[in-house]
Amino acid sequence: MANTGSQSVPVLKLEGITKRFGKLTANSDVSLELRPGEILALLGENGAGKTTLMNILFGHYVADEGKVFVGTKDKLSELQPGSPNAALEAGVGMVHQHFTLAENLSALDNILLGTEKLTSLGSSHVSARQKLEQLMLRSGLSVNLDTPVAQLSVGEKQRVEILKALYRDARVLVLDEPTAVLTPQESETLFETLKKLTADGLGIIFISHKLAEVIASSHRIAILRAGRKVADLPTKGSDQRQLAELMVGHEVAETVRDPKDAGDTLLELRGVSAGHGREVLRNVDLELKAGEILGIAGVSGNGQTTLARVITGLVTAASGSMTLDKRDVSKASVRQMLQAGLARIPEDRHRDGVVGAMSVSENLAIETIRAPENQKLGLLRFSAMRERARRQIEAFDIRCQSENSPARLLSGGNIQKIVLARSLEADPRVVLAAQPSRGLDVGATSDVHRRLLVAREGGAGVILISEDLDELMRLSDRIAVIHRGVLSKAEGTEKLDRATLGMQMAGHSEGDAA
Amino acid sequence: MIRLEPRGPVAVSRMIVVSLAAGGAALVLAAIPMLFAGLSVFEAYALMIKGAFGSLFAFTEMLTRATPLILTGLAAAVAFRAKLWNIGAEGQLYAGALAAVAVGTGAISLPSAALIPLVIFAGALAGGLVMLGPTLLKTRLGVDEVVTTLLLNFVILLFVQMMLEGPMKDPMGMGWPQSEPILDEAALPKLLARMRIHWGLVIALGAALAVYFLLKKTVWGFEIRAVGENANAARHAGIPVTTTFIRVGLISGALAGLAGVGEVAGLKGYLTADLSPGFGYSGIVVAMLAGLSPIGVVFAALFIASIFVGADSMSRATGVSNYLADLIVAMALLCVLVSGLFLRFKIRIVGRNAGQEVSE
Repeated sequence: MANTGSQSVPVLKLEGITKRFGKLTANSDVSLELRPGEILALLGENGAGKTTLMNILFGHYVADEGKVFVGTKDKLSELQPGSPNAALEAGVGMVHQHFTLAENLSALDNILLGTEKLTSLGSSHVSARQKLEQLMLRSGLSVNLDTPVAQLSVGEKQRVEILKALYRDARVLVLDEPTAVLTPQESETLFETLKKLTADGLGIIFISHKLAEVIASSHRIAILRAGRKVADLPTKGSDQRQLAELMVGHEVAETVRDPKDAGDTLLELRGVSAGHGREVLRNVDLELKAGEILGIAGVSGNGQTTLARVITGLVTAASGSMTLDKRDVSKASVRQMLQAGLARIPEDRHRDGVVGAMSVSENLAIETIRAPENQKLGLLRFSAMRERARRQIEAFDIRCQSENSPARLLSGGNIQKIVLARSLEADPRVVLAAQPSRGLDVGATSDVHRRLLVAREGGAGVILISEDLDELMRLSDRIAVIHRGVLSKAEGTEKLDRATLGMQMAGHSEGDAA
Repeated sequence: MIRLEPRGPVAVSRMIVVSLAAGGAALVLAAIPMLFAGLSVFEAYALMIKGAFGSLFAFTEMLTRATPLILTGLAAAVAFRAKLWNIGAEGQLYAGALAAVAVGTGAISLPSAALIPLVIFAGALAGGLVMLGPTLLKTRLGVDEVVTTLLLNFVILLFVQMMLEGPMKDPMGMGWPQSEPILDEAALPKLLARMRIHWGLVIALGAALAVYFLLKKTVWGFEIRAVGENANAARHAGIPVTTTFIRVGLISGALAGLAGVGEVAGLKGYLTADLSPGFGYSGIVVAMLAGLSPIGVVFAALFIASIFVGADSMSRATGVSNYLADLIVAMALLCVLVSGLFLRFKIRIVGRNAGQEVSE
């Protein structure tokens, strides 16, 4: 495990960091220490202050109070506040969740970008390459340095980002939600690599909200809640439930799925092919029964989006058929699918879920705007719309100033509640939930899960498209895996384990998944 | 560091204040070149105000000038609301005028109670159909409507010139390229004796109310707003985006066509190729000044018309070119575009460390 000599000087020390934005206190008296060779997991809900804290560390913000120290050799020295350059020079490296790579440049050029002086362009490539090859050998981070970044897989891009930090002699590496885009196998490889890196004394902070991986891969866990550090505990001996409660501040209702028998077939896809490029569907068969949750596992960009679009009615399949309640809906429009009882939770709720400039009440009514409850002879029934909106705001706990505020002023979790309210209130036959908890915090996620289970109890069939295996295993009755547009046969969740699913998500053949 | 903070919903009162401030700022900015031209600014503006409001005649002239601007302004506003960029109101105006002339110069003889509505309908239909082409090209083939509508303006103007030189040329016109005169039964009646102001103004004001009602109170309006604000979400919610675009295109083109009807059947009485001094393009400015609000379009059109009519009168009195009007209008547009920033954001000057928003 870790070579965390408790006597050694920490590589990084945050002392009493406080940061206010107007009335909001993003960080309140947060102190943190990172020892050489230690992996520290930083846990917290959205808005708990993780990102602010890291931005202070990197000099993007200046703390109102408190100091940042970086350990060099045997002594701590204060880091100049508000200077990203000082942070870089002091050996603080960061891997952002959204990579900051130039797609058309090679991996090598990306790594060197910004490290060279204008006058020495190109001249130091040879020595740089030697240094990188040594780094790769030691850490196991292998990338073809001459490939343009655009052609690299997501996992490889992340390796380039890490190499970029290491090349600049980082002694502290911060990773923001590093596994959000990786398959389980890739994630495991990543954590093995990180462990190897700590052997050289590198201190690592990784930000996450996936409790399982935090417990599996860190030495110590710091939890932020509402800007304060509420816990700082060794990973050994902590459990998921305890961590979740510390994060949220109260008990988290655990979503439990009662086993029950599924009913008749609701939605059926036969040999559906559609889309092109990366988002292609190849000869997909799918059968959804009443009262079940069918999980679709897969790494983003393997055809899930097209699958959702076909079922939604946004795309007509090039071949194959789709039936809902035994009726052919292969060529049904979005509106016809809605009327047939399909409820949708779109993958990108800001893009497809709401019209930001329109009010909460208009967004709640948008799918049924032509239904008699919302219009009469083509005229909108505003008071009825607003009244229903007020009821739904209450029932789904949508936090907004009023039903008349524009939807864009709401947080992501509350926008998701608008989507849930309008799609689930009308007792749908089929629920299509695409990445429904992506980017949501623990509380909002558990709310989404509960509502999906309620829909299932009510006899609806639910298709749950997700990248999160924990979510899928917990909620789904059966799980199928999608890889490069091919959907595997769904198996009962009891017969599956994470490893098998992970292998399938990686398509068996990808060497780097092993 | 200057920092922009997004504002919440914008109150109508704030929009009005900002629009007025933008108009005022434009007048102040336009005063600078007037000073260089050696004019007394106050005197010049006084002359302009007199020229637009100084007498009943001046006032009705201003309203007459505002009539087509209201309609082309509405054409732009309703299309821009759906993010359908109709830059072709000028061509649609000429198409409307051409149709009005085709119907109203003797081809059909009917009593005026039937002929006037027919002329109006023909003009609106022609304008709508002209806009239908670019709209279909956009929805079917993804052709950029900015380019097609803009270029169609020239195509239609050339077509009008061809018709005026050929089949529709007035044989009694002493060789001038102009159409036969509109029949008395087809002409829009005057509103006041001995003045040029005509029923087109009533049509324009009615159209503004109708567009306001359409956007605000109807399902169509809801769908237009949804498509304009977020076409992806609208499509996802089952709103027929293509149909909505076609609908908006027809409405927008029809409004511009009506402007042409008013000019030819209310004001001039016959069609020439210089019927419009760019009303179609000025309509875009009107719509932007109005913040795409149909009621605002009426006031913006009155503002622009006062500037044009007032500047004409001032230039006659002082000898300063009436291009000054174009300058003021352009300044007003720039000021409004800049002021849009103030509507959407609070501007704060803060220390360097405050930066990005905190999530949630």
